[in-house]
Amino acid sequence: MAGLISVVADGIAYGMLLFLFSIGLSVTLGLMRFINLAHGAFAMCGGYIAVILLNQMGVPFLLTLPLAFLVTGVIGSFAERAVIRHLYRMPELQQVLFSIGLAFAASALATIIFGPQQQPMLLPDWLTGRIDLFGLEITGYRLFLIGSGCVAAVGLIALFNYTLFGARIRASVDNRRTAEGIGINVGRLFSLTFGFGAALAGLGGALAVGFLGLDPTFPFKYLVIVLMVVAIGGPGSIAGSFIAAISLGVIDALFKYFVPEVGSFVIYALLVVMMVFFPKGIAGRTA
Amino acid sequence: MSCAKILSPVMPRREFLLAVSAAMAIVSSGAVQAQERKLTVGVVLPLSGTFADQGQHYESGIKLYQKLHGTKVGDVTVETVVRDDQGPGSGDLSRRLTQELILRNKADIILGYSFTPNAMAAATLLTEAKKPAIIINAATSVITEKSPYFARVSFTLPQLAASLGTWAAKNNLKTAYTIVSDYAPGIDAETWFKKSFEAGGGKIVGEARTPISAMEYSPFLQRAMEAKPDLVFAFNPGGDVSVAFMKSAKERGLTKAGIKLLVTGDVVDDSMLPAIGDALDGVISALHYQVELDNPENAKFLKGYHEMYGADAMPSYRVVQAYDGMALIYKALQQTGGKTDADSLMAAIKGAKLDSPRGPIEIDPATRDIIENIYIRRGEQKNGKWSNVAFETLKAVKDPAK
Amino acid sequence: MRLFERIGIGLPLFAAAIASYVLFPDYLALIANIFILAIFALSYDLLQGHAGVVSLGHAAFLGIGAYTSAILAAHGITEPVLGLLAALCMSGIVALCLTRIVVVGNDLTRLLVTLGVGFLFYEAANKARWLTGGADGMPDFEVGPVLGQFHFDFVGRTAFFYTLIVLAIVYLFLRRVTTSPFGLALRGIRENVKRMDAIGAPVARHLATTYTMSGAIAGIAGALLAQTNRFASLDMLGFERSAEVMMMATLGGSGSLSGVVLGAATFGYLKDALSALSPKYWHLGLGIVLMLSVFVLRNGIAGGLATGFAALKRSLGGKQ
Repeated sequence: MAGLISVVADGIAYGMLLFLFSIGLSVTLGLMRFINLAHGAFAMCGGYIAVILLNQMGVPFLLTLPLAFLVTGVIGSFAERAVIRHLYRMPELQQVLFSIGLAFAASALATIIFGPQQQPMLLPDWLTGRIDLFGLEITGYRLFLIGSGCVAAVGLIALFNYTLFGARIRASVDNRRTAEGIGINVGRLFSLTFGFGAALAGLGGALAVGFLGLDPTFPFKYLVIVLMVVAIGGPGSIAGSFIAAISLGVIDALFKYFVPEVGSFVIYALLVVMMVFFPKGIAGRTA
Repeated sequence: MSCAKILSPVMPRREFLLAVSAAMAIVSSGAVQAQERKLTVGVVLPLSGTFADQGQHYESGIKLYQKLHGTKVGDVTVETVVRDDQGPGSGDLSRRLTQELILRNKADIILGYSFTPNAMAAATLLTEAKKPAIIINAATSVITEKSPYFARVSFTLPQLAASLGTWAAKNNLKTAYTIVSDYAPGIDAETWFKKSFEAGGGKIVGEARTPISAMEYSPFLQRAMEAKPDLVFAFNPGGDVSVAFMKSAKERGLTKAGIKLLVTGDVVDDSMLPAIGDALDGVISALHYQVELDNPENAKFLKGYHEMYGADAMPSYRVVQAYDGMALIYKALQQTGGKTDADSLMAAIKGAKLDSPRGPIEIDPATRDIIENIYIRRGEQKNGKWSNVAFETLKAVKDPAK
Repeated sequence: MRLFERIGIGLPLFAAAIASYVLFPDYLALIANIFILAIFALSYDLLQGHAGVVSLGHAAFLGIGAYTSAILAAHGITEPVLGLLAALCMSGIVALCLTRIVVVGNDLTRLLVTLGVGFLFYEAANKARWLTGGADGMPDFEVGPVLGQFHFDFVGRTAFFYTLIVLAIVYLFLRRVTTSPFGLALRGIRENVKRMDAIGAPVARHLATTYTMSGAIAGIAGALLAQTNRFASLDMLGFERSAEVMMMATLGGSGSLSGVVLGAATFGYLKDALSALSPKYWHLGLGIVLMLSVFVLRNGIAGGLATGFAALKRSLGGKQ
């Protein structure tokens, strides 16, 4: 029994990782209706920033996280201003094509700059040890992920639903003309939001490296599962993504524990079933 | 002045002799050039995509060999033409690249194929074109049977898995739980470990097959630990997946619980050790090469490698495989006396014996597969760095599946 | 000019293909591969460009076609055209069975459902190692001479003409379909599904027919791929191929047959040329080309060409 609980706890931690990784995409996809398949590239950017700061500059792990967040956010904002804003009015297929091209280019740049090999991420000792929590043994890093995920979820839900900033974004997405009409600088707001989405992706990437490793193919490897979390949760809904990610993590863990022969089938079958019966996701925004 | 004078065939004697000697000089220099022979090696490697770092290792091996041993064998210049097969995701691409190397680049011999499907796809083409191919990594046993022009210079999974199974049974480990990735190589590893372990009196108490790209091994390891086996045998595809597995095993405290972890050596490739860190502690693996190998060839190899790639660089076993691939080509050329046709080369390759950084190796004349030492290693800290340290050597191991 | 408009760019494309046989005798394998990509892209664009249904799992049909013909050949039916027809039927049947689940929801939903279905097929083929050879691939089948006459040669001449003829047939077939009343109905569905429903068009049946045709044609491409390479492997069912075909169709100009063919040719050529030029960094070149194409070629290559021709026409007309 203790074994099962620890497996479920690990599954929740894995789900939290997926959540942290996906919120950036949920924000850009759901709130800005921009299909950003280069989301993984921003996550990779955050990952490399964290790795360089940690391994080569000796910056303590906890400090690398906000730095990864900020730097990726700035890069995202620049990208938005320079290029992305011209894509909003283009047909969706063109957005997809562009963002895939961006992901390819980013991946190639990472190969050129850092080389194709795995980047070791040596977490500080206080994170790699096992912690005894009310009789449940869990790795420090997983506990950290769970904590960060909850904080992020609560913070973002509060941000989007209870602040003026959030209200302005929701207004701009629902009806750009009217929002501009009442004096909201939509262009700047979108730039900020996209940057924020990129920053979240970067943070997610930095957190994920310790678990998933890092190499230039990062943007493509996890794109599929991130899309799944966002689609099942409902684009634009933080709570939806949260529930979807945790559920995926737990269901994945349970099936692997009880019925390992089924393997990958579970996740994809789940995806198909969810999408067929809940096309808009668990809590989709109909903007 | 007049045409007659210019066209006159009658030249003054001295000019005539000069003209003739000039003509002879031109003709004979042409003949000298014709003796400058070439062997074109068509190289097929995964240079882009998920496995680009593997491709880089193979390239390093080839470059290092040519740097240390020059680019000529006798009067034959060995030239390489490199194409990117982009990894295991397109066997048809590998086949087309092989065809293009043979047709367009006039390759005499092919070197490459990191992945089994890529080698399999090219098999019938090589037989049709009658060109030899040296496999530098693809580890499924049956590949060399698919074409009489294949020779393998790397390893087969059954070699590793069976060696571990035999070792485990010999060392009083009675029960085992296997965790392998759910695809052909993983199942091969599981099959051959089981065969040799059970042949030695061991018993398999549980089997798990994991999704190929799974990064979360916690449930599988927990299940394994609950079965309380003496050991866990694992295989995964290398790269980030293997790093995740090793870290997971450490997290769960597998070795702390007294369960030995046995893995095929490609899971703990030396080049991945910095990322794996102390998760390597006490892990038993079997492979044909590790950096901590004491023989003159390896010393030469490592010295050259560190000169080219930095004193801290850890060569993967893949570097050695490609290095030895070139060595095999050079050896074959020496033996044929410069003849570059397929039959001469294949005859020289079969039964070739080499001193490799991994020890003595031989190409089995009957199966064209590799015969080499397999080392049983343990993960230990050496000079402050985590390394695979060999404590037992199995000499001249053939592929057990043949 | 009138004749050109009637036949469309199809004829010059065909002429260019024949010319390439003469001009690039060492590249026949690559060109045959491009023809196969074009067939695959055409099958996909029937869905995306004409019916407005996006899919990220279309390679499932490519793979089904490939494995069908490979398995048949392994069991003695080695004549390629028979294998082709069998692949067509098999893929078509599977597509027909899947129609209900793939035409639900909006774009994002469909993308993910088809993605999931594609992965399920991949896993199934991986597990059915006894049938498909699993991750090792399936190399053990003979490919007989086409129609009993034309052996597949090392240089790739037979493969070239075999794939070209099939491509031409597929192209003409799709041209008929898309300019027929059925094709117009599809366009209506793509533009405004609700209205089509309102005017009584049998939307569901049309989509089912389209999806079946699309799957069947993709199966043809798959069979050609397996036959010209004497190899079938899991990646033929894989996500990368599905993503690539979407890129090819979009790059070429979704909705335009000739555009899609050009898109496939461009993509296939670029991938090969860039990779040969710079094996490590070709992704950079490809990424830049894709990004630029979105800005420079609105509506893909076909759109770019159309704009170009229109400008040409105007300047010529202006001169008069």
